[in-house]
Amino acid sequence: MTRSIDRAFAAGVAALAMLVPLTLVAITILILIDSWPALTTFGLSYFSTTEWDPVKLVFGAAAYVYGTLVTTIVAVLLATPIAVGAAIYLTEFAPRAVRAPVAFTIELLAYIPSIVYGLWAIFVMVPVMRAVVEPGLQATLGQLPVIGKLFSGTPIGLDLLSGGVVLAIMILPILMAISREVLLAVPPTQREAMIGLGATRWEAVSRAVLPYARPGIIGGAVLGIARAFGETMAVTMVVGNSSRDISGSLFVPGYTMASAIANQFVEADSELYFSAIVEIALVLLLVGIVVNALARVLIRRSIADRPAGAVV
Amino acid sequence: MALGAITPSSAIPARHRVVARRRIAQGLVVGLLLLSTLVAVALLVTILGYVIVGGLPALDLAFFTERPRPFGESGGGIGPALLGTALLAAVSGAIAIPIGMAAAIFVVEYRSGRFAAPVRFSAELIAGLPSIVIGVFVWALLVRGLVGHYAAIAGAVALAVIMVPIVARTVEEVLRLVPNSLREAALALGAPRWKVILSIVLPTARAGVLTAAILALARSAGETAPLLLTALGNDFFSADLFRPIAALPLQIYRYAVSPYDDWHTKAWGASLVLVVVIGAVGLLLRVVARQRVR
Repeated sequence: MTRSIDRAFAAGVAALAMLVPLTLVAITILILIDSWPALTTFGLSYFSTTEWDPVKLVFGAAAYVYGTLVTTIVAVLLATPIAVGAAIYLTEFAPRAVRAPVAFTIELLAYIPSIVYGLWAIFVMVPVMRAVVEPGLQATLGQLPVIGKLFSGTPIGLDLLSGGVVLAIMILPILMAISREVLLAVPPTQREAMIGLGATRWEAVSRAVLPYARPGIIGGAVLGIARAFGETMAVTMVVGNSSRDISGSLFVPGYTMASAIANQFVEADSELYFSAIVEIALVLLLVGIVVNALARVLIRRSIADRPAGAVV
Repeated sequence: MALGAITPSSAIPARHRVVARRRIAQGLVVGLLLLSTLVAVALLVTILGYVIVGGLPALDLAFFTERPRPFGESGGGIGPALLGTALLAAVSGAIAIPIGMAAAIFVVEYRSGRFAAPVRFSAELIAGLPSIVIGVFVWALLVRGLVGHYAAIAGAVALAVIMVPIVARTVEEVLRLVPNSLREAALALGAPRWKVILSIVLPTARAGVLTAAILALARSAGETAPLLLTALGNDFFSADLFRPIAALPLQIYRYAVSPYDDWHTKAWGASLVLVVVIGAVGLLLRVVARQRVR
């Protein structure tokens, strides 16, 4: 009697638990099936062409991929120095009493929903970008020979740069939290040895602590990338959603892959159009799996045993 | 940093000059590091500040109880969205918490099984997926498939898919903290496995399990993208699982992308409500977590 209850309980737990891998398989299969018509019709030209025409039924997602790459790169370039800088300050230099509370405060940013970032970005950030930041960039960096092209065009605020900036703010907390955890996991003897040799605190940090923590910090940045490229709502609200060309400027409205899905999914009126949109989801799915796996390997190498309640 | 104490370089020996230069370098770097910290904190303060200042004027009793009105009519609120968010949280929690807990129990208590590693690994992968991808999946499975149209239950399932890995991971960590001696003692007394898990392991980890559930609910309350493709939104009060339903994030989106100032104020108001709800849940989390430590 007892034994049969035991067996039934184990079977029940196993059945519920197996729903998890089953869900992952179902996600992959359903998305693969729905993107099949587009996959077979367009093949590789899906990634190399920018024409996205629901009337002529020609779909190339290169502009969306480009928009996602550009916004993600902008986000990581802006967020990483600030996040790592804050993490270094909060583990090595800040007065002990403020370290944990300030870190906790920054981590609160992670709990603000995407839609609230989007609302703030539309009504607060975009006007500032349009009136101050973008003309300022144009007047300074825009005058330089090669990179000046990045800042050409009319500053409108609803563009790839704004999408990147709002993403930067959104991935800041996770980047900071992981960098901080990685730095905290560096053995104190690393610092003590350098300081014992007569180094200043900064010399000890830059030469003995940071090299030790580098794989973990890079892992954090990769995880930031993973968050950024799939983020939907906030980017959709500020990225412009109109131009479908690759122009090389940050001051043009664009689409990201996720915002293209959010904007067009409901209005897809033919099988091929729908399938082309689902293929974007397929790309996000595959890239998501690869990038997350990579980040986890890097972070794990730095932190042998993660404490309970960790962010990741 | 005693930067003020540096004397003119010509007056001191070269060795001291090197030390002074190294101190200045450190001072500059620490200044930059402090600046990054301040930027991060300032961002949080600015965003929360705007939400509070922008949202407060929208709040009155009617805002919480009325349904959204067409533009031009005064009044109107987020009543259906509040009801919808509560219902979605209840249903998605009822789906995700048992599955997440079972996954954790399976991984920790039955770890010898061949499938423990795949369960854990796939939970990690699902946690890393963009939420819009989960929206597309649930759309294909339910909205087009089993249900046949946009429905609250599809939204709840989408949120549940997002919550399961969070619950599984957090509960797993808590179960690992339960000392093995407790399990062994119970087993030695002749208790069957299921009784050990239900009466010894889970009660010991109770606070942690509760934390996991709250954390998952807080994370899912702000999800918007998957709901766009599943729950769709609704201007009317509805508690029918098989019809489209409103939710706070969807309502914020609708109000925010409209061209009307009055609706923008309502978007801020709804954001303030959402942030306060998540904040309150977060506080609850810290209280529960503290109890666990004690």
